[in-house]
Amino acid sequence: MFVPSVTHPIGDFVRSWVPKLTAYLPDALHNATLDSITAFLVNALICIVAVCAVNIGSAPILIYMERKVCAHVQCRLGPMRLGWHGTLQTIADVIKMLFKEVYSPSGADKLMFYVAPMIVLIAPFIIAALIPFDHNLIVADIDMGIPMIIAVNGFGVLGILLGGWSSNNKYSLLGALRSGAQMISYEISFAMILLFVVMISGSTSLMDIAQAQDGTVLDWLIFKIPVLGFIAFILFFISSTAEMNRAPFDIAEAEQELTGGYHTEYNGTPFAMFYLAEYIALVTNSALAATCFLGGFHAPCIGVAAIDGVLQMVPGVVWLFAKIYFMIWCYMMVRWTFVRPRVDQLMAFEWKFLLPVNLVLLAAGAIYMILV
Amino acid sequence: MQERISTRRYIKRYLKRCITGPWSLICGLSVSLKYFFDPRRIVTEQYPENKKTLKMHERYRGRLEMIEDADGNNHCTACGMCERACPNASINVLSTKNIAGKKVLGRYVYHFASCTQCGLCVEACPFGAIRMSQAFEVATTDPATLEMILNKKEGQG
Repeated sequence: MFVPSVTHPIGDFVRSWVPKLTAYLPDALHNATLDSITAFLVNALICIVAVCAVNIGSAPILIYMERKVCAHVQCRLGPMRLGWHGTLQTIADVIKMLFKEVYSPSGADKLMFYVAPMIVLIAPFIIAALIPFDHNLIVADIDMGIPMIIAVNGFGVLGILLGGWSSNNKYSLLGALRSGAQMISYEISFAMILLFVVMISGSTSLMDIAQAQDGTVLDWLIFKIPVLGFIAFILFFISSTAEMNRAPFDIAEAEQELTGGYHTEYNGTPFAMFYLAEYIALVTNSALAATCFLGGFHAPCIGVAAIDGVLQMVPGVVWLFAKIYFMIWCYMMVRWTFVRPRVDQLMAFEWKFLLPVNLVLLAAGAIYMILV
Repeated sequence: MQERISTRRYIKRYLKRCITGPWSLICGLSVSLKYFFDPRRIVTEQYPENKKTLKMHERYRGRLEMIEDADGNNHCTACGMCERACPNASINVLSTKNIAGKKVLGRYVYHFASCTQCGLCVEACPFGAIRMSQAFEVATTDPATLEMILNKKEGQG
């Protein structure tokens, strides 16, 4: 019998219902193999729709949130006209983006030019599939979750480099090269921090990492190890900001120097895809931070039975999204507060400060694991 | 090119920056947090919606106007200091003579089209006869309205 899917409550539910529904069809279509293939396709469809809904649905919310946070930090009000407090503004912007004419500059490498935004979108979508949203709510519960994330993150660099190179524009190329150097450098400390997480929780599966933080707030990885956890969280925050190309590490875009960097020549839908990738990366990186450090989908229990009972009534998805949006808010506050470092300062920060601290942290974590 | 320093000083500076760097970041973040959570700090106005209640800042420089009392009398003596102070010749003070033969203000002609609202005329006026008004909705479709006579009455001197 054709059973390509792993056991999973939602998958099992679909697999049990497909034969019951096909019973209404003509007898020629009654076939165990056909049923299992149908169930597999339905499961795949559910997964794809779920990932797309979470990712693409959160992008307009994040753009609205970014505008509001930015405005309030700068003593402004932000969008107020369209809808209640400007809530429809981003939807109007999305529609405008979709209806714009798509064209490429003369001398551009057409194929690469249009492939680049699609490549940029790959990484966030794959990472979103690996995030556990609840005990059973995960698209791909693979054992090699963390190495997969580190591997897939490279697509972001590839897309940005391709976009900058194929634009036939010196600013785009400069931005892309700078960003390539930056992202490759910061990927090292990003991987190191995830290695620290793997070392502490003893598993590379994101589900196991989230499950290992079950219990009270003190069982979350950020508090589990007295000081090291918090330092690791801060370092993860820094390196993931650099990974996402967000300010203060937005060397790739650097509007003031490079007029937008790698996406200078893009407009309409391809530009929207770059934009989308940036915001989905924000969601996935926040989800990663929440899963690895802030207890994933577990409620913030404090050890008092009465309060914990109420907190655990709320489904894990809600807690995870609350943590994700808190992390996103942190990223946004950092973006609108700090200034962009120079390219050499950025590199010096990574190679002279972040990486040594990471290595020391890793060693200290190992010593802690031996002693406790 | 960095200056040459000894290894000991380099390490000392490195460690010092490990402390001062994060501290300065925390200081900056505390400011933006303060601004984020305090809605009273918002300074932008919702202009067309709050047209009725909108109050202009007192330092705002709109178009030029004459300070007049209830009867329309002003302090202008037609000395022409404002005309001389104006960098782009937007003011013409046309004097006349009253019955006693004294030089008084005839017409205070103001070319709003060329005025940059710099306020130098207000500073130059020795009698405090003119000021910049609070009016900010000054757009017009008729260029002829931009040339205006500010005084309602001839000056008494």
